[in-house]
Amino acid sequence: MQTPALPPQGATERARRWRRLRRAVALPLAALALSGCTIPSFGASPGVTSSSKSVFHLWQGFSIGAVIIGALVVALILWAVIRYRRTSDRIPEQSQYHLPLEMIYTVVPILIVFGLFAATLVVENKEVANPKTSVIVDVNAFQWGWKFTYPGTNALVYGQTTQDPVMEIPVNTDVRVSLTSSDVIHGFYVKAFNFSRYALPGVDNVFTLRAQNTGTFFGQCTQLCGLYHSLMWFRVKVVSQSDYANWIASFNNPAAEAAAKAANKTTSQQTSSIVPSKPAYTNFGVN
Amino acid sequence: MTDLLKPPVHVDDHGHAHEEHHGPSGILKWITTTDHKVIGLSYTVTAVIMLVIGGMFAEIIRAQLATPNGTLVSLAQYNELFTMHGSVMIYLFAGPFAFGALANIIVPIQIGAPDMAFPRLNALSYWLYLTGAITMLSGFFVSGGAANFGWVAYAPLSNSLNTPGAGADLWIGGLLLTGFSAIFTGVNLCATIFYLRAPGMTMFRMPIFTWNMLVTSILILLAFPVLTAGLVMLYADRHFGTHIFSVAGGGVPVLWQHLFWFWGHPEVYILALPFFGMVTEIIAVFSRKPVFGYKGMIFATLSIAALSLGVWAHHMFTTGVVLLPFFSIMSLLIAVPTGIKIFNWIGTMWRGEVWFSTAMLMALGFLVTFLIGGLTGIYLASPPLDFFTHDTYFVVAHFHSVVMALVLAGMAGLYYWGPKITGYLLNERIGKAQFWFLFIGSQVFTFPLYILGLDGMPRRMAVYPHDPQWKMLNDLSTLGAVLIGISTILFVINVVVSWKKYPAGDNPWDGHTLEWFTTSPPPHHNFYRLPQIRSERPTWDYNHPGHRALGHGQHEVHTQHDSEVPAS
Repeated sequence: MQTPALPPQGATERARRWRRLRRAVALPLAALALSGCTIPSFGASPGVTSSSKSVFHLWQGFSIGAVIIGALVVALILWAVIRYRRTSDRIPEQSQYHLPLEMIYTVVPILIVFGLFAATLVVENKEVANPKTSVIVDVNAFQWGWKFTYPGTNALVYGQTTQDPVMEIPVNTDVRVSLTSSDVIHGFYVKAFNFSRYALPGVDNVFTLRAQNTGTFFGQCTQLCGLYHSLMWFRVKVVSQSDYANWIASFNNPAAEAAAKAANKTTSQQTSSIVPSKPAYTNFGVN
Repeated sequence: MTDLLKPPVHVDDHGHAHEEHHGPSGILKWITTTDHKVIGLSYTVTAVIMLVIGGMFAEIIRAQLATPNGTLVSLAQYNELFTMHGSVMIYLFAGPFAFGALANIIVPIQIGAPDMAFPRLNALSYWLYLTGAITMLSGFFVSGGAANFGWVAYAPLSNSLNTPGAGADLWIGGLLLTGFSAIFTGVNLCATIFYLRAPGMTMFRMPIFTWNMLVTSILILLAFPVLTAGLVMLYADRHFGTHIFSVAGGGVPVLWQHLFWFWGHPEVYILALPFFGMVTEIIAVFSRKPVFGYKGMIFATLSIAALSLGVWAHHMFTTGVVLLPFFSIMSLLIAVPTGIKIFNWIGTMWRGEVWFSTAMLMALGFLVTFLIGGLTGIYLASPPLDFFTHDTYFVVAHFHSVVMALVLAGMAGLYYWGPKITGYLLNERIGKAQFWFLFIGSQVFTFPLYILGLDGMPRRMAVYPHDPQWKMLNDLSTLGAVLIGISTILFVINVVVSWKKYPAGDNPWDGHTLEWFTTSPPPHHNFYRLPQIRSERPTWDYNHPGHRALGHGQHEVHTQHDSEVPAS
């Protein structure tokens, strides 16, 4: 245990001020560190997929920055309007430029922006990665409902508006979703995944999910698609891997087989036969 | 001082002084005028009526959402209402109010010009705008109702199969007309600012508002033709059997989004920059100081405009077909010049004498509300965070923070420049009450929407799942909308109560720029005489010769002969 050295007698006012500043900054930081994982959620939630958790941490990081910068600017505004409120007809000094100050509030934000961008890239690359997987769900959106088919199996789920079709997926497994639309643009959005993606006519939009908790989660169309847009609901049910295998097997009867064949045919038709392939100009995209 | 001409005043038989200008009066004057002030006033009145109409739509929307299963309007009517709310507010209020109303009136006077460069084109702009507004709104009176595909009209929802009916066509036609009106105003403002500046008014002596209007006009000229082209293509798809946006014929639906947002994102700054300019002028005048970092402010405006042309696809992150990192960094970078502006505004107030007039309060309300809207915008520039909040109420809350800030700034502009045009001040007490309703209402309205969005409520929903928290938050937001409605009523009351009651005089706020040098209202060709223009504050320099703006490290030296020192 080492006691901090006493300041030398006659320390300058500058050093004393610096020490006071250090203490003022260090105390809250130490308190934050001691309290452990209690970074506030800022209104968001971690969700249930591996990427939804990264998104949540990114959200927290952005929010801490936003709160600090917002508080600083509000404090400056309040100080300016209270301290410099009009008290007389005096004409204040007409100073107009302060180059060093202007440089600081140009350069510091640029550095912050690149920091935010770097954090964004890390999470984004994780989120748009499409690792190899055997579990594939073809999600087809239409006015006004959802159809979930599982290529290579007979499983088929179909439902309109508040019939709530349920998309069943296994836990702790990469699930590749292949998203299409039969008519207008729809939005596939599950709040618990902290994720959404457009279902575009003529485009096969692919992304991969990895749910880490079991449960049933509410999903909804988020892109205006006409009259019953508000009621275009669905659910995602995350189950254990054995339950998922049983569920898929439950479709192994002749009737389900015929239905699945028909469904897969129409889905692949509208993405492949009507439009030759993805429009060429979209090829610069990340997908 | 430069005497342009002597005040051409003659005295008639009854001893009243009259201006030399003769012409028709009353409604004939209104229809035939090419005077930028009269046209600007027509624009102002029309735009404020549009604000009230759009606001009424908003109040109905909020009333519908006060309960999860609202039955005030049907699903179809709800889609029409939010489509027309957005369309009226963006196309018919915010833009025309900024560059049709205030810029039209103020820019020529601020640069010492007698009128706009093309006065008749200016009149045409207004009549196109009015025609476009009536065309778009007349959709409510045709069978099938008004347009109902959202203000962004995403293809293929907006094709003739999914949205049949004349309402959609009237929407396209109205928007085309309004778009042309904007393009003509843009041409006119550019020409006016480049060619009609008074002697001595160099580019770096132009007031910030004029600078921002110049940059806005350039953006209009770059962005609006793209929208016009897109609308023509949409119309052709609907009626002439083309397949530009339909998959069936080999077209690409996402192309519409590219065209729309290539206009739509610069449009955000076309709307915002004029209001930034107003606030800049107002904060400087009511702090009795020059604009802090004047040149930095101009470069910030220019870089916002440049960046705004390369960020359109941040509205399309969730389409999965755009290059995410490029549009992300470009969008994030806009935070830098915007931040410079905010710090410059604070720097302008620093060590000033801040006078809390209604105009200044509105400008301060803008500053805080815009700060919230700006900070939440940074989240949306990050694709992972956009995936998570896209098309939820978080986005709605973000851009309503921004546009409510613009409404506050617009009100600041009306309180500040209104007296110059009418010759009469508005009542300050009612004005301050209006400010508090508007400011608090804006926050009460938007804040619950942020939480709702994070909790997963999508936008454009006529009904929503039963959830006590969602209902509570929606109710709170509706309360905010009511407060905003009350503030608008207070504004109308204020105009009625103050009608020709408080004469303003030429320079009620100790203004800086040329408009405060002439009479209120200004004469037919704006000036009888002009002061020397040796800085961006000619009127201030004339009134306070010993208090010129100082550079970094300079300090005031008071000498007896300050007023006689020749301009440097």
